[in-house]
Amino acid sequence: MPSKPAKVIWLQGITCNGNTHSFLNDPSLGALLESIEFIHHPILPCKKTLKELVKKLPKSDILIFEGAYRADFERAGVKMETLLVTLASKTKHIIALGSCASFGGIFKEASPEHISGILFDKESESGPLQTLRKKVITLSGCPIHPKWLSFVLDMIVQGKKITLDEYRRPKELYGYLVHNGCLRNEYFEWKVDSDHFGTKEGCLYYAQGCQGPFTHGSCNKILWNEVSSKTRAGTPCVGCTEPSYPRTELFSTKTYMSIPAEMPLGIPKRSYLALAGAAKSFHIKRLEGKLIDDNA
Amino acid sequence: MARPTKEERKISIMTKALELFSKEGFYQTTMPTIAEKIGMSVGNLYNYFTSKEMLAKDLILYIANILGEEIRAINESGVGTQEKIEAIVHMYFRVAKDRPETIEYFLRVYLSNREVFQNCCEGMICVSAFVTEMMIFFEEGVRCGELRDQDFFSAFGLFMGYLGGMVFIHGENILPKPLEEYEHTIAENIYYALKTR
Repeated sequence: MPSKPAKVIWLQGITCNGNTHSFLNDPSLGALLESIEFIHHPILPCKKTLKELVKKLPKSDILIFEGAYRADFERAGVKMETLLVTLASKTKHIIALGSCASFGGIFKEASPEHISGILFDKESESGPLQTLRKKVITLSGCPIHPKWLSFVLDMIVQGKKITLDEYRRPKELYGYLVHNGCLRNEYFEWKVDSDHFGTKEGCLYYAQGCQGPFTHGSCNKILWNEVSSKTRAGTPCVGCTEPSYPRTELFSTKTYMSIPAEMPLGIPKRSYLALAGAAKSFHIKRLEGKLIDDNA
Repeated sequence: MARPTKEERKISIMTKALELFSKEGFYQTTMPTIAEKIGMSVGNLYNYFTSKEMLAKDLILYIANILGEEIRAINESGVGTQEKIEAIVHMYFRVAKDRPETIEYFLRVYLSNREVFQNCCEGMICVSAFVTEMMIFFEEGVRCGELRDQDFFSAFGLFMGYLGGMVFIHGENILPKPLEEYEHTIAENIYYALKTR
């Protein structure tokens, strides 16, 4: 453990504060705050207010950027193109926190031409921090899981190497699909569908557009509030960690003649259809009934 | 002359069984009849197929693979949807003419004696090679905007029901003209029934 806490600046772009609030739910926050020190944070007690921060933009160890980027968007009277780029050039590590900071997210929908993430604009690596790309770690998600952030902060503080994917997301967190660890996987394999939200039974993919088979994230491995995930609660994954988020018609799967338009990642269409057809041929009573029959 | 291999013997059994099943029906055809027709002892026949049901299952897999490979070649030919429909109709009628026992078996044994296949060919398992290619044909037709999006089985039933029906009445000697003379109008009807409006 380093003797001095790492100096962290948490800067907000165009945001709903979702990641800030998610972070406050991290049970390990207390322990984490022993190894990091916020120079500025929008909510937590810290050394400088935003107005004090912009007077003389300080050096830091880690810059966390939450929210979407727009060059002329101002914080404390300073345009983001100055504020972000200057703070980024004076820090060692940059974290793009949440889908908006990562790829543009929901706010990009309002002004697609002017709003982006800080390194990526959807799939394109054309954000304002291109020259500083090696410092950037992408933590996409709407919001991010608080433990994903504390994990990465801890890795940085410990000086450990973080292996990243093509979007600079840590593979330890995004090497999985949301489908991995989903309790409904057996329903997916045998093509038993759930017909409405909130059930414990059935796959949410066909009728409700679950993006679990396409979405990188460990939501079903590192559980939310340590107990749950969207699919465990009966709500389809909306694919919030991917650059394609938000897509339209979140709760339906696009089909052509009843056949899903997209195959699960890495599965050839012909093989998938043959397997799906075979799986659908079976009627497995155990999977077609309720897990808990209230009338039994 | 070299002795036939086990695989070759198996194919000759299947060829004869296909002929008998499609002509006489599943229940009328017995394992001793099949053995007699190919000059083999009944005991030896069971070395190749453990039951009549298993033989019936292998036959439908064999036919589905033949049709599946034909449709796969059409799917991968790169032509438009209307041309694919023409090609599928042509292929199906050609098989019905050149190897009538295959389509007869499909219609008169597999579809008519579902109870025989219920423990080894649930749902579409044994015809997967064929149905999968039809799925791909329909999916690509809708994806490129030529076919109307609808439930797969509504479209599949229209297409295959039409072809099966024509082959069936052809087999009953009801059609006044040779089957191939109906190909173009049938393909056109299928296309107009399925295309986008």
